[in-house]
Amino acid sequence: MSGLRYQGGVAHAPGRLVRGVILGLVGAIFAVPIIAMIEFTLRRGLVGGYDLHRWTDLAQGGLTGEYSQVLVALGNSVGLAIGTVAIVLLLLVPTMLLVHIRFPGLRRVLEIVCILPISIPAIVLVVGLAPVYSVVARLLGSGVWTLAFAYGITVLPFAYRAIQANLDGVDVRTLSEAARTLGAGWGSVLVRVLVPNLRRGIFAGAFIAVAVVLGEFTIASLLNRTNLQTALVVVSKNDPYTAVILSLVALFVAFLLLLAIGRLGATRTPARTPALPTPTGAPS
Amino acid sequence: MLLFLALPTLIAVGTGFIGNDGGFTLDTVAALADPVVLDAFGSSIWLSALTAVVGSVVGALVCYALLGAHPEGALRSSIDSISGVLAQFGGVMLAFAFVATIGIQGMVTVVLRDTFGVDIFAEGVWLYELPGLVLPYIYFQVPLMIITFMPALASLKPTWAEANATLGGSARTYWLRIALPVLAPSFLGSLLLLFANAFSSYATAAALTSQGAQIVPLQIRSALTSETMLGRENLAGALALGMIVVMAIVMVGYSALQSRAARWQR
Repeated sequence: MSGLRYQGGVAHAPGRLVRGVILGLVGAIFAVPIIAMIEFTLRRGLVGGYDLHRWTDLAQGGLTGEYSQVLVALGNSVGLAIGTVAIVLLLLVPTMLLVHIRFPGLRRVLEIVCILPISIPAIVLVVGLAPVYSVVARLLGSGVWTLAFAYGITVLPFAYRAIQANLDGVDVRTLSEAARTLGAGWGSVLVRVLVPNLRRGIFAGAFIAVAVVLGEFTIASLLNRTNLQTALVVVSKNDPYTAVILSLVALFVAFLLLLAIGRLGATRTPARTPALPTPTGAPS
Repeated sequence: MLLFLALPTLIAVGTGFIGNDGGFTLDTVAALADPVVLDAFGSSIWLSALTAVVGSVVGALVCYALLGAHPEGALRSSIDSISGVLAQFGGVMLAFAFVATIGIQGMVTVVLRDTFGVDIFAEGVWLYELPGLVLPYIYFQVPLMIITFMPALASLKPTWAEANATLGGSARTYWLRIALPVLAPSFLGSLLLLFANAFSSYATAAALTSQGAQIVPLQIRSALTSETMLGRENLAGALALGMIVVMAIVMVGYSALQSRAARWQR
């Protein structure tokens, strides 16, 4: 009766019914606005009824004329996302591991520094970033890519929390000591032992970073840079139907993109992973 | 880090203290006592707290429901992706979505009106005002909770459950005595993240309401872009300062809570 219930390797997981009810209910509520968006794009205006003409028009016309800037904006956003993830992961992961293993005393400091940006809203940051960017523009040009630095800051707390949550659940110190005892250098400890163990947190962090950057509106709009979101608002002002269609497409593409990133993290692992993966000598 | 975080913050806060003649003044900070500004702060805090609590409870429930799902299975990965999209990608698009859903001609509005005879806007159109922000905000708070809380829930060790079972504990004692205390810091941390997220959120509100400024970020926008409030150019700085003060209070509360809750860990 008080026995241990296992499901998928996790103790005390909810039963099928409970899970179905919770996910079904929340899922249904969350589906409504998306369905409403689709319904909206199918409307035939004052005549009433539904057809696909707005979608076919857009597909035939393509993103030309007034919509061509959406493509440019999309390119800007994707480039920024890649740059931001690279900056954050290359700096944050080694720093966090180093602090965790070698300088545990600095943990609180690192946490405060990393969480600080959420206590400074983007809208506040913009007030101060405007003068900074006028200097940056003079030194590096006013290219959109310079926003990657600002985005790196806004993404920091999210990436930190994702990685830290994973770090707390893994005994990094013992793992690294074990690997060192077996003759591994710091480089291979990092790449072959720690990063694979932390992959869930790292990928969660990358997830959030990409989504944050692709969805960023505040800084770009108030600093007069063009990215996907600001372009969509411009389009929505004179053609709401097209804006909603593009939003739906963008949401779907973003969904696929994140799914692909998630898959990337999953393919390197065996089909069934224990809750705490143990590092083995298997070639990575 | 210094260039893109510290400096902008200092400038933002600093301009709050600089008067029109370039000297140090407290006049612009005094503008924070303006009833309109105070109202905006009140609304912002109320909105953020409400959506953070609802979002974190619903989000934690979803995380619990996902606990047994295979971490790399289709269910988990699609929910992870959907959450990522909605939590951080949404912004402007969520505003479009809710105009299409509960706008004046939105799907739900029309269905409720024509089929059930319920006019949700009987007392005026509230979508473009403060109450209208609650639903879109919850719509991005729940997914954010799922993203931030799931790793914590997934790091519960099976050995703890085994120890609990060995000592004769039930599922109830496992959740109440082991999982809950261990998860409390993560939960509170996520709750706080949600509050901060809502408090500083700008895109959805900006896309939804083009007139008026019921919450602080929108007031900063109008202060930055408006040309009508002559002689108060640094109001944006003062508002920014006010926001940072609120966030600082939240952060102090958070670290106090967390150091208390961290006693239960390890």
